[in-house]
Amino acid sequence: MKKITNIKSGTHKLLKNLFFLLILFASFSYGQTKDMVLVPAGYYEPLFKTEAEEKIRIEKFYLDVYPVTNTDFLEFVKANPKWSRSKVKKIFADASYLKNWKDDFEPGEKVNPDAPVTCVSWFAAKAYAEWKGKRLPTVSEWEYTISSEKNIEKISEWYSKISPVKIPSVGSTEKNPFGVYDMYGLIWEWTYDFNTALVTGESRGDGELERKMFCGSGSSNSKNVDDYPAFMRYGYRSSLKANYTTNNLGFRCAKDYN
Amino acid sequence: MKKRLMLVIVSTFVIAFSALFIFLTPGCEESYSSQVRGTENAKLTSAPYVPQPITRNHPAKVIVDLETTEVVKRLADGVEYVFWTFGGDVPGKFIRVKEGDEVVFNLHNSPNSKMPHNIDLHAVTGPGGGAEASFTAPGHTSTFSFKVLNPGLYVYHCATAPVGLHIANGMYGLILVEPKEGLPPVDKEFYIMQSEFYTEGSYGETGLQIFSQNDAVDENPSYVVFNGSVGSMTGDKSLTAKRGETIRMYIGNGGPNLVSSFHVIGEIFDKIYGEGGTVVTQRNVQTTLIPAGGSAIVEFTVDVPGTYILVDHSIFRAFNKGAIGMMKVSGDKDDVIYSGKQREEIYLGSTEEPYQDMFSGPITIDQTQTEQVTKEESNEMDLSSLGKNIYQVTCQACHQANGEGLPNVFPPLAKSDYLNKNKEAAIDAVVHGLSGEITVNGKKYNGLMPPPNLNNKQVSAVLTYVYSQWGNSGKTVTEEEVAKVRGKKNLSSK
Repeated sequence: MKKITNIKSGTHKLLKNLFFLLILFASFSYGQTKDMVLVPAGYYEPLFKTEAEEKIRIEKFYLDVYPVTNTDFLEFVKANPKWSRSKVKKIFADASYLKNWKDDFEPGEKVNPDAPVTCVSWFAAKAYAEWKGKRLPTVSEWEYTISSEKNIEKISEWYSKISPVKIPSVGSTEKNPFGVYDMYGLIWEWTYDFNTALVTGESRGDGELERKMFCGSGSSNSKNVDDYPAFMRYGYRSSLKANYTTNNLGFRCAKDYN
Repeated sequence: MKKRLMLVIVSTFVIAFSALFIFLTPGCEESYSSQVRGTENAKLTSAPYVPQPITRNHPAKVIVDLETTEVVKRLADGVEYVFWTFGGDVPGKFIRVKEGDEVVFNLHNSPNSKMPHNIDLHAVTGPGGGAEASFTAPGHTSTFSFKVLNPGLYVYHCATAPVGLHIANGMYGLILVEPKEGLPPVDKEFYIMQSEFYTEGSYGETGLQIFSQNDAVDENPSYVVFNGSVGSMTGDKSLTAKRGETIRMYIGNGGPNLVSSFHVIGEIFDKIYGEGGTVVTQRNVQTTLIPAGGSAIVEFTVDVPGTYILVDHSIFRAFNKGAIGMMKVSGDKDDVIYSGKQREEIYLGSTEEPYQDMFSGPITIDQTQTEQVTKEESNEMDLSSLGKNIYQVTCQACHQANGEGLPNVFPPLAKSDYLNKNKEAAIDAVVHGLSGEITVNGKKYNGLMPPPNLNNKQVSAVLTYVYSQWGNSGKTVTEEEVAKVRGKKNLSSK
């Protein structure tokens, strides 16, 4: 009797594994290109709930496996000199745009060519994405992707460390359950609608604000007051303007499924 | 008749006019003008120092430049932490302005910051205290201005979400708004700010410590400190004063959670400006409460030379979490005010019963255990500074800075035969405490030393330090030796 059960459960295990492998294979073959993955559709619970929407439906979309690197961005700047450091219009990028680069068309020794490009404005990131036939991910898409990462404490740890002078190469952090790298651990990232995260400078009073989208709040109406990394990201995004550039803010691109 | 009427009318006019003139004289206060004149840059100081009193008799436009930075610094010996700061240090720079001043505040967020920051100054009248107006991304500057309407001592802090985290990482400081008539002159002013740190490792666990969100939410800090680190005001960094001087302390509490029971051992506060207000609310006070996000001003005259210990009298915070500072007062003794110990003799209690041995009997010293010690050259330097710090925080209050103890009460550690002839007994005393009669350098002591609750490394460090000081034998005590002694007693007690 015992033996039979063993055999049965053994077969069951085998089947289970096969099934898992199939799923794995299927998800691999989904990916459109080698540098993007297809993030499956699902629901995302925003940090700040509204009465109308408890959960947001995310349609499947493609997302870059890695953030855009200095090498990638150099290619873009060479093809579009109006986005070089000396030519860029002030309303599109502030004074620290690409300031870590040696020259207009030379990142130089100070930056790691394989590291994410930083000191880029939202306008520049958007232009790059369009040049590539892509777009920037929305806040919801971005947050949905990182929400698959369950270890909040590990994320917290990165946020509370000082950024190294030279940012490490892309892919040097762990792989996200959706198959993308570096969602945390290297840089902050621009999102298409970064300025809809309405945490005001006075975060403690935000609970009283009536806004349609992410009604910003210090805590009083957030879904999870313990998700400090999410607070930090929302806080960070809301401190930005589209022409701002900073030392550890880069981006990656997304694309619609269709 | 007409003439008389004229006279009355004229004199009435004169009186009325002169009365009016008196009323119109600028500033009802003597020589103080409420007209804002001139522009100056605020001179900011790091704790424990305070900017000079403001002598001008009119308000001015004051420009304050403050930079937020994120830096790795020492929290305790061998312990580092990523501090988020106003001006590079914890607590943030002390800002001093005068009632009626118009402050132009430039908040610069360092390009190397990972986080956006802002500032809420409790001295500001207006929503958020400047928080929204000063919200600044890394590598940017925000400017806002305000008029300081209310004098007093105010806390400022970062209010960026999650607020608790920004405060817990060190983002707070004090701004003093002097009343227009100024504060009474004193001889010395100091800036002290208490706060807690919540680390993943427990107190003393070395290395770069990261923030523990769970401990912060539970309000259970590993560290409670003055001026941003353990030992920020002890030993060489103690506050100093001369006998007879009047001291004013501006004390803030950054929190983020705990309320401070601020006390100076051996002193009485002559005056207290409660909760950092402008009125002397109480005189002759031993301990004053300082709320999280609040302050107090205390004044006292130091009449007796010696070392005074600043503590949070929620006392385990002082002896186990680091809330200790020191003020050394120099000058001649006055035996009338304080004599020191004059006499000590046996007291048998009120019953006629003979003295009961309450403890485990006299300490017997096993001479055969004495052994030669080989010095470990590696990490000797490290151990010595750790040992010194532990000595100052844990041992010095009784055994004194010079290791000489107090006659008849606390045995000397300097040139101590008890210590030098038997290392194991010394280790045992630190690990398990010591009670009952012992003889040190020919004198008998019968006291009780509670075990100071140190780990093996800390015991080895502090004993090695003690052995290296004051003409002692220079022995090294290793962690292994401490572990051995600790194991033995535990075994025998089973």
